[in-house]
Amino acid sequence: MSADLTQIHNIGYRNYDGPRLGRAYARRSLYSQSLRGSYGLGRSAKSKILPMILFAVMCVPAAIMVAVAVATKSNDLPVEYTRYAIFTQALIALYLAAQAPQSVSRDLRFKTVPLYFSRPIERFDYVVAKYGAMASALFILTAAPLLVLYIGSLLAKMDFADQTKGFGQGLVSVALLSLLFGGLGLVMAALTPRRGFGVAAVIATLTITYGAVSTVQAIAFETGSSGAVQWLGLFSPITLIDGVQTAFLGATTSFPGSAGPSAGVGVVYLLVVLALILGSYAVLMRRYRKVGL
Amino acid sequence: MVCATTVVNVTVIATEALSKRFPRVTALDRLSLDIGPGVTGLVGANGAGKSTMIKILLGLSPATEGRAAVLGFDVATDGAAIRESVGYMPEHDCLPPDVSATELVVHMARMSGLPPTAARERTADTLRHVGLYEERYRPIGGYSTGMKQRVKLAQALVHDPKLVLLDEPTNGLDPVGRDEMLNLIRRVYTEFGISVLVTSHLLGELERTCDHVVVIDGGKLLRSSSTSDFTQNTATLAVEVTDTDTHPDGTRALREALTAAGLSLHVGEEDGLPGAGHILLIEATGEETYDVVRDTVAELGLGLVRMEQRRHHIAEVFRAKDAEREAARDALTAGDGQAVPAQPGTAEFALQKGGGSDER
Repeated sequence: MSADLTQIHNIGYRNYDGPRLGRAYARRSLYSQSLRGSYGLGRSAKSKILPMILFAVMCVPAAIMVAVAVATKSNDLPVEYTRYAIFTQALIALYLAAQAPQSVSRDLRFKTVPLYFSRPIERFDYVVAKYGAMASALFILTAAPLLVLYIGSLLAKMDFADQTKGFGQGLVSVALLSLLFGGLGLVMAALTPRRGFGVAAVIATLTITYGAVSTVQAIAFETGSSGAVQWLGLFSPITLIDGVQTAFLGATTSFPGSAGPSAGVGVVYLLVVLALILGSYAVLMRRYRKVGL
Repeated sequence: MVCATTVVNVTVIATEALSKRFPRVTALDRLSLDIGPGVTGLVGANGAGKSTMIKILLGLSPATEGRAAVLGFDVATDGAAIRESVGYMPEHDCLPPDVSATELVVHMARMSGLPPTAARERTADTLRHVGLYEERYRPIGGYSTGMKQRVKLAQALVHDPKLVLLDEPTNGLDPVGRDEMLNLIRRVYTEFGISVLVTSHLLGELERTCDHVVVIDGGKLLRSSSTSDFTQNTATLAVEVTDTDTHPDGTRALREALTAAGLSLHVGEEDGLPGAGHILLIEATGEETYDVVRDTVAELGLGLVRMEQRRHHIAEVFRAKDAEREAARDALTAGDGQAVPAQPGTAEFALQKGGGSDER
């Protein structure tokens, strides 16, 4: 294309000769767009309200605990790092129920998915970017209060080694929780193009399973079959995380009678968690094979 | 026409005995095509296999048999390379209502691999070219159908592809919107230098826009020819005259006189339409036909109520399809191995009044 020819047509269309950064770049762009979207960034003001409120509500109790600990010159935080997510599980469920459908149901409902798949990215890129973004958003939500606790504990001059170890265990625990919850939330949202159904499905799955498991656990404990308690925990996402961190991350369990799983049963917990994470990924891949164009 | 000079004589899309069979339906049946640069229309009724064809060309759906290449890339192996230099505009609505046109198109540009700055610049340029100005900062939910179609076109053009596949871009538009969209499509090639494959079920509107028209039906190639061939064959003249005292049946008098003058007339084509008996349909072979008609009418002393060119309807191509299939089958058994486009003129066309918007 000679220069003078370009000149003539320059009043109108300009061709693009710059770099095309390919699949990996597109995947990263989709990841960051989805992650920002999970907190309402780059979206309407209305869609920022709920995630921001939940984020604040997650951090405020941590800040209060820290303030109390500093004021009373306590030697220990009033809550373990690993227990914080268990206490705030309702907030996490609410956040997931609101944001998972936003992330995937929207593309399905407005049929935006074909616009993605008519570009260089493949199904793998789309699923990994969406899953990664959802898990990262949950991680930010659950790790931020831990960070508040950790900084507070250092300000209160608590034992540095102890606190760092606890903080590290807490981070591993919420990372696992983010992957597990993110996967389950996205699967349920991806199966329902209607946003409302997605919200209801996520909430129901997380709360009903937890309610059922803790009730049955309590009954089992009261009737003296304590051995069953640790196995029952396998049937709800939050008790799974509780079991894993009790067995491996030095956490105190919320199971009745503190009958958390031993290291041996803990392996089963860990395997179930990993299977659920991989299973979520597989279901998502399958789901998008059918959608295509 | 900047790019046109560099891609002359290059095949943009080539298919060879391309077939796609689903458990119950054959969507494409041994389709062989050779499409060069320019604006190409892909015409067929609903379910003729147009969308299936586009999916295969994007490398998203494997063909059951046969081969296809887009811009020299094999669809079976180089799907990603094809999708990097091809744009696609879906038939259905595909725009989230809660984001602005700018946000959506920037995002889609990045999905095509454009760096952030370039994505923003190209978005501004492209939206301006398709005719979206201040409204591009507003959420898409408030746009008219015409504006939404422009956004869909913009997202297909934003990464400066070498070819765009437009699936029914005039769907749902009013006549004015249709004309604007067709002009825009024409400009995509003449000004932007991007080749276009546009599907439609209306032959009439593609005649004006396309350099080349491919007609498929039931997954088979019915016809593939340049638009000029079509226009030659499709020129039909409708003439209506008054009756006079000398000629109580002016229409019949004119029919006889014109037949005597050696013009070929279609008989009984307008059945069922108002005034059917009073309109003569004459095959126009060129400018002189008009002169002959005018002179003949003047000689007979009749009043000329109307003399107009009629557009032809795609449905008529299909009405003659059985005959054509026969021909195609003969060609196949003769060992040609390729569905031969039927001879122009074997398909007798019915009439399409107005702009063709009555089809939907």
